[in-house]
Amino acid sequence: MRHLLTTESLTRAEIEELLDLADEFTDVLGREIPKVPALRGLTVGTLFFEPSTRTRLSFERAAKALSADVMSFSPSTSSLSKGESLKDTVLTLQAMGCDLMVVRHKATGAPWRVAEWTDCPVVNGGDGAHQHPTQALLDSLTVRRHFGKLDGLHIAIVGDIRHSRVARSDLFAMSTLGARVTMVAPPTLLPLDIDDWPCDVSFELDDVLGGMDVVYLLRIQAERGGATVFPSLPEYVQRFGMTRARFDRLSPEAVVMHPGPMNRGVEIAPEVADHPRSLVLDQVRAGVAVRMAVLFRLGQAVRTEVPS
Amino acid sequence: MAQVMSAEDLSRAIRRIAHEILERHRGADHVVLVGIHSRGVPLAEEIADAIDLFERVKVPVGELDIGLYRDDLGLRPTTRLSRTLIPVDLTSETVILVDDVLFTGRTIRSALDALADLGRPEKVELAVMVDRGHRELPIRADYVGKNIPTASEERVAVRLQSVDGTSGVWIGSEDES
Repeated sequence: MRHLLTTESLTRAEIEELLDLADEFTDVLGREIPKVPALRGLTVGTLFFEPSTRTRLSFERAAKALSADVMSFSPSTSSLSKGESLKDTVLTLQAMGCDLMVVRHKATGAPWRVAEWTDCPVVNGGDGAHQHPTQALLDSLTVRRHFGKLDGLHIAIVGDIRHSRVARSDLFAMSTLGARVTMVAPPTLLPLDIDDWPCDVSFELDDVLGGMDVVYLLRIQAERGGATVFPSLPEYVQRFGMTRARFDRLSPEAVVMHPGPMNRGVEIAPEVADHPRSLVLDQVRAGVAVRMAVLFRLGQAVRTEVPS
Repeated sequence: MAQVMSAEDLSRAIRRIAHEILERHRGADHVVLVGIHSRGVPLAEEIADAIDLFERVKVPVGELDIGLYRDDLGLRPTTRLSRTLIPVDLTSETVILVDDVLFTGRTIRSALDALADLGRPEKVELAVMVDRGHRELPIRADYVGKNIPTASEERVAVRLQSVDGTSGVWIGSEDES
């Protein structure tokens, strides 16, 4: 594995190796000194061309816990406002000694272009509505920790599937790990090529609720046009929101998940979000360990190429 | 590969090391054995069993994986990590690191770094089954099963019943298995 760009091409063995590593890093993060020297001397660049708090912080925390240095790039404070192209930005960072890049960009495929331009391993930190592989890994890790495995689990992903990189990434990771995934959304929020995805589809949350082990609620993303493709928020909540009444109809072992930030009272009711069977905070906790696993695995390859 | 220690030699060496530890520390009250993955862990357990047999003292046994502390990360294929587990607070304890073969000393240096991140033991000692020479760092063992002079390209394999299904020490050239 040279880059981590998508979950679609990952094998089961590759995913499981990363999750096993993440389990070890979880132990490291629980120590009195939560830091190991594994990537000492490497510099991780975080290039976030799109706003993000938790993903960026979580990558930077992961890099620092591995003793890597961090170079941080954000468009508001950069020469991007002076018109520098993505390619020049990337080459500049590489020339400054960046060894590994984490890229988030609103354009689908941008991290692939970056991977062509540089010699560095590239991690996709989210590209448009396309892929967000580390989110899928941390979600898979959270489910695996709770249930022990994903084989045979039935997982519903509910909401704006069409504009969601989380839905796409999670589907491929979780189905590769043996789970059955059902996408639940109104037809307007499903992608046009949904028939080619390895999943079932339902237009009614109430129809599938009873058989689910995990209900994964996506954020309604007003900034990606979410609000314009269904008539009103109350109507969305009525059909697709995880209300208390729906939560009570789940099987007693079922859990709910959400990638955050949550719109409380829209896709998830506040008392469901705070319920013991909500894994939302477990997901956040898994994020740093998973990103350590990814940076460690890709960082080893950097070291291998450098003669010492 | 040629066998240089039999199963019986190995178990005698383990028992002798257990006696040496008890003699030096006048018992084993503040001793913690920490095995370095992978063969160091079952070796540490066997030493602890021998101590229990001789003096009825249960010595805590920890496990240490040094994969994240190596200085040769790029020189070897991808590292898989094993569990690191230290069962007790190390402050004011004597830690005895246990490994199968002492060679360049780099593994032990990494283990010392890892240990420093996990606590502050009163003292750290080292027990190894085989000291094969060729040190690259100023490190020596306090308890040695057997000194075996080797050529640097030779391979030394310590095998243990609990993990390998057979016990003993073998020595051979790199390409033999």
